Amino acid sequence: MKSAGLRFVELLSSMRFAISLLTLVSIASVVGTVLKQNEPFANYLNQFGPFWFRVFELAGLYSVYNAPWFIAIMAFLVLSTSVCIWRNAPGMLRQMSTFRENMRESSMRAMPHHAAFASALPAADALARAEGYLRSQGYVFRRAPEGALLAAKAGSANRIGYLLTHTAIVAICVGGLLDSNVPMQLKLAFGDKKPVDGGVLLSEVPATARLDADNLSFRGNTLIPEGSSSSVTVLSMGEGILVQELPFTLSLKKFHIEHYSTGQPKLFASDVIVTDRDTGKSFESRIEVNKPLIHRGIAVYQASFDDGGTRVKLSGHHLLAPQAKALAYESRIGEASELKYDGQTYRLELSTFRPINVENLSAVEGAGQGAAGKEDKDARGLFGRIRSQMGSGSEGVTKRELRNVGPSYTYKLRDAAGQAREYHNYQMPVLLEGRFVLLSGMRETPAEPFRYMRLPLDEKLELDEFLRLRAGLLDAGRRAEIARRFAKTAASNDAVSQTMRERLAESAERTLETFALRGYQAVAEFLERAVPEGEREAAAEIYLRVLQGAAWEAWQAMRAKDGLPALESSPERSRFVQDGLNAVSDSFFYGVPVYLKLDTFEEVKASVFQMTRSPGRNIVYLGCALLILGVFSMLYIRERRAWLLAGDGEAVFAMQCNRKTLDFEREFERHRDSLARLLGSG
Amino acid sequence: MELAHPQSAAPQPTPGEPASLLKRLGWFDWLYAAVLALGAAYALQRFGAFMDVYEKAILVCSVPTFVWMGWAWKPFRALLLGAFALSLFSIWLYRGELARADQAFLLKYLISSQSAILWMCALYFAATATYWVGLLSRSAFALSTGTGLTWSATLMGLVGLLTRWYESYLIGPDVGHIPVSNLYEVFVLFSLITALLYLHYERRYATRQMGAFVLLVISAAIGFLLWYTFEREAHQIQPLVPALQSWWMKIHVPANFVGYGAFALAAMVAFAYLLAARGILASRLPSLEVLDDVMYKSIAVGFAFFTVATILGALWAGPRACAARCWPGGRWSACWSPPSPSWA
Ligand code: HEM
Repeated sequence: MKSAGLRFVELLSSMRFAISLLTLVSIASVVGTVLKQNEPFANYLNQFGPFWFRVFELAGLYSVYNAPWFIAIMAFLVLSTSVCIWRNAPGMLRQMSTFRENMRESSMRAMPHHAAFASALPAADALARAEGYLRSQGYVFRRAPEGALLAAKAGSANRIGYLLTHTAIVAICVGGLLDSNVPMQLKLAFGDKKPVDGGVLLSEVPATARLDADNLSFRGNTLIPEGSSSSVTVLSMGEGILVQELPFTLSLKKFHIEHYSTGQPKLFASDVIVTDRDTGKSFESRIEVNKPLIHRGIAVYQASFDDGGTRVKLSGHHLLAPQAKALAYESRIGEASELKYDGQTYRLELSTFRPINVENLSAVEGAGQGAAGKEDKDARGLFGRIRSQMGSGSEGVTKRELRNVGPSYTYKLRDAAGQAREYHNYQMPVLLEGRFVLLSGMRETPAEPFRYMRLPLDEKLELDEFLRLRAGLLDAGRRAEIARRFAKTAASNDAVSQTMRERLAESAERTLETFALRGYQAVAEFLERAVPEGEREAAAEIYLRVLQGAAWEAWQAMRAKDGLPALESSPERSRFVQDGLNAVSDSFFYGVPVYLKLDTFEEVKASVFQMTRSPGRNIVYLGCALLILGVFSMLYIRERRAWLLAGDGEAVFAMQCNRKTLDFEREFERHRDSLARLLGSG
Repeated sequence: MELAHPQSAAPQPTPGEPASLLKRLGWFDWLYAAVLALGAAYALQRFGAFMDVYEKAILVCSVPTFVWMGWAWKPFRALLLGAFALSLFSIWLYRGELARADQAFLLKYLISSQSAILWMCALYFAATATYWVGLLSRSAFALSTGTGLTWSATLMGLVGLLTRWYESYLIGPDVGHIPVSNLYEVFVLFSLITALLYLHYERRYATRQMGAFVLLVISAAIGFLLWYTFEREAHQIQPLVPALQSWWMKIHVPANFVGYGAFALAAMVAFAYLLAARGILASRLPSLEVLDDVMYKSIAVGFAFFTVATILGALWAGPRACAARCWPGGRWSACWSPPSPSWA
């Protein structure tokens, strides 16, 4: 009867156990690949709903490789492999060094690869010749103490392969565990340190959440704005954080970002000054992606970048209150301020600023054009299509028009109830379908895409004329007069009776009034109520024409009020009025109807560094080297054994290989024939 | 114990045993080695200023690697020299101007990168069909035509990649990079490597019938490549994002694709094995032992290269490492999906 302990050790070191563990590891890796790891919890909550979110959280799926069960599996894998090595290595080494010179003739003749041939030599000479031959073939050998048996072997290193690969697995896992956050978890479980909530200011982090500079292994992130410095790095522990003191202070002089003409990033680099906290000595350095800085055992990587608090000046244009003046605001990216509008107070949270946006404008430039291009492409037939793809790899058939459309900025407006809408605006005018517009996007939840409103720009590329048009459209006090002027110009012919003109004015006034309620949607609803279905389309056409004409008059009226001359009508100006109507109509659905225009900015960038101290690294490197050596010796070295028994007038030759490939067949035949010739020729 | 050395057993090559590699080299072997060495020396002297020490090391090490490959596997010499010659011709035709791709006839229809790659596609398809005809009709002629077509396809693919490398520098000196940086380029590489591994085994085992099966997986890759070209226009040369700007890529990616190629080959041979073991096509295919041996060898190659490549990748990534990069859904795939800015 085996003892329970022995049986446990046997189970632990069994192949079956190891394979079960490896299966679990691979399942975990699949989860780690399919599910994006270490995202903010809110994203997962959104994705899975409250129930599954909780289940997955308990299973540790948001950070699989740090989940206790995963670490436990790794620990068992290390244990299992170590026990396996410990139990098998001595036997393997012994086997490697034996020659098996106690082989019996009957066993040799039972081997699949054996041959008997005539020998013309006395046994001693035959063995000596065979030795010379086998040596030339890379074999080592030994003679049996008695009798005429020669035992030879080659490729014993094959077995070392097993040992090397298994040791490599242990080394890689141990090194990996050392550099994982396991040591940190242990410290938290048995020490007096405790993470704090992520929201606090760095200066307010209590001592219990601060780790000394001599901490052995960690991995943290540090954000440093240009012109600032930091001597700590932040380790994230689930929802909380720990602050790790560094033995040096890192100051960011400048962060560089360069782009290719296609808008893809080309270079991220940080010019930094490192000041040692012990010696006070400092030096300058540059950190790039793939070129970390290594100082006092800590590697500093360029991980990402961010805004470091760009200063912006904004002007707020009220889109629905016609007479309101633009208001000026000053703020910084990452800060919140108050915005008062219409008696309400909103919290303005400026979240991002991007100085460069390269966009593919050909996708926007008139959908009709794109469709025509596609037809054209197909019309040329198969050979035409193939021909169009021949040539250099520099560009495709569909032309892409990449253009830098300038800075963009994102902000949230949060009302008193905490409801927030997010806005994404471009600072510079963008040329779309031949006209310059300002783009402003809005969305109600982060899950939606932004819906963009296009604010048309006037001939001076300013918003002024649009704001005038909008004021005219929405000003109830002027509506009657505008309608009258519209009726007068639209029906200037004397033949038109006064009553006709009055009716036209009346309907223009009503159209303006309806439009001022909720744009086109209000007009459509009105038509639905007032006009029978069959006539609606025709009526809509007339209403739109009236609206367009009245809008023109509204615009001119506002210009006159500001002491500006009336404009000659032209197709471009009609398009402008049309675009203006669209924008005003959209602005009813803009949430908080304030357009925040970016007037000037002063950019401050920030660099995000990843800082690691990973003493397990060298163990992992060693493990990798062992793994490569081991894999190659297992795959490419074949262990072969050969025996030659010289008898009276006959010799028996036999071979064995741990892997019966065709190469081995051929080798056996070669040795058999060569030896038969050598021994047979006397 | 004392070992005697009788004269007659002195180590001398016996018939049936291959003489050592060096002794079997002919003049063409030395010419081949000299061309490679001189080419590398010229590149170092002319462009050395633009390379860092690792890139120089890779260039220098590639010479003995390719020399050894050519010496051990003779047809490889002609392939490599042919590909270099055609690519240099293509570069000469370009005269430093990208627009010449549409003006020079030979560039437009033969040896600009896209044209050469399309030729490669067509030739691999033709080779697949020919191998199948040969297999089914037991025609040795068709089978050897299949071999010829596979070699030509491989040559064109190699020319395509080499020319593409040059074209990337014509787009802009800062854009230029080795063409192993996105899914399109590595699919070409995959086809080439799978074909080369196959051609090697074909010669070594003196049997062409496996070609029908191996070329199927290459055809599947080509099918994807064509879809990717015509529907997605993914063949456009893209500049390298900062994470890829490193000499690691030059070894990490090719090593991975040697692994993929070898595994794909093994899988197709295994498929043939399963058929033959059930008696399907058995009389037309090589013996099960041969199929098994090819499978074993190519899995060994795949395993070794995958180990090396994965370790290289992990070292490259440093502390950013996390598991399972090799799956298309993994984090690294971000580096090879085409960019898609969108608003409208
Ligand atoms: C065009 C093909 C490929 C490119 C351009 C590429 C690029 C890269 C890059 C840039 C890294 C470093 C990652 C980082 O900086 O965080 C990396 C790492 C890695 N790659 Fe690849 N790779 C390619 C193909 C593959 C394939 C096919 C495999 C699958 C076997 C693979 C396996 C890995 C592994 C295991 C790592 C280790 C790093 C980690 O786990 O995060 N790569 N590769």
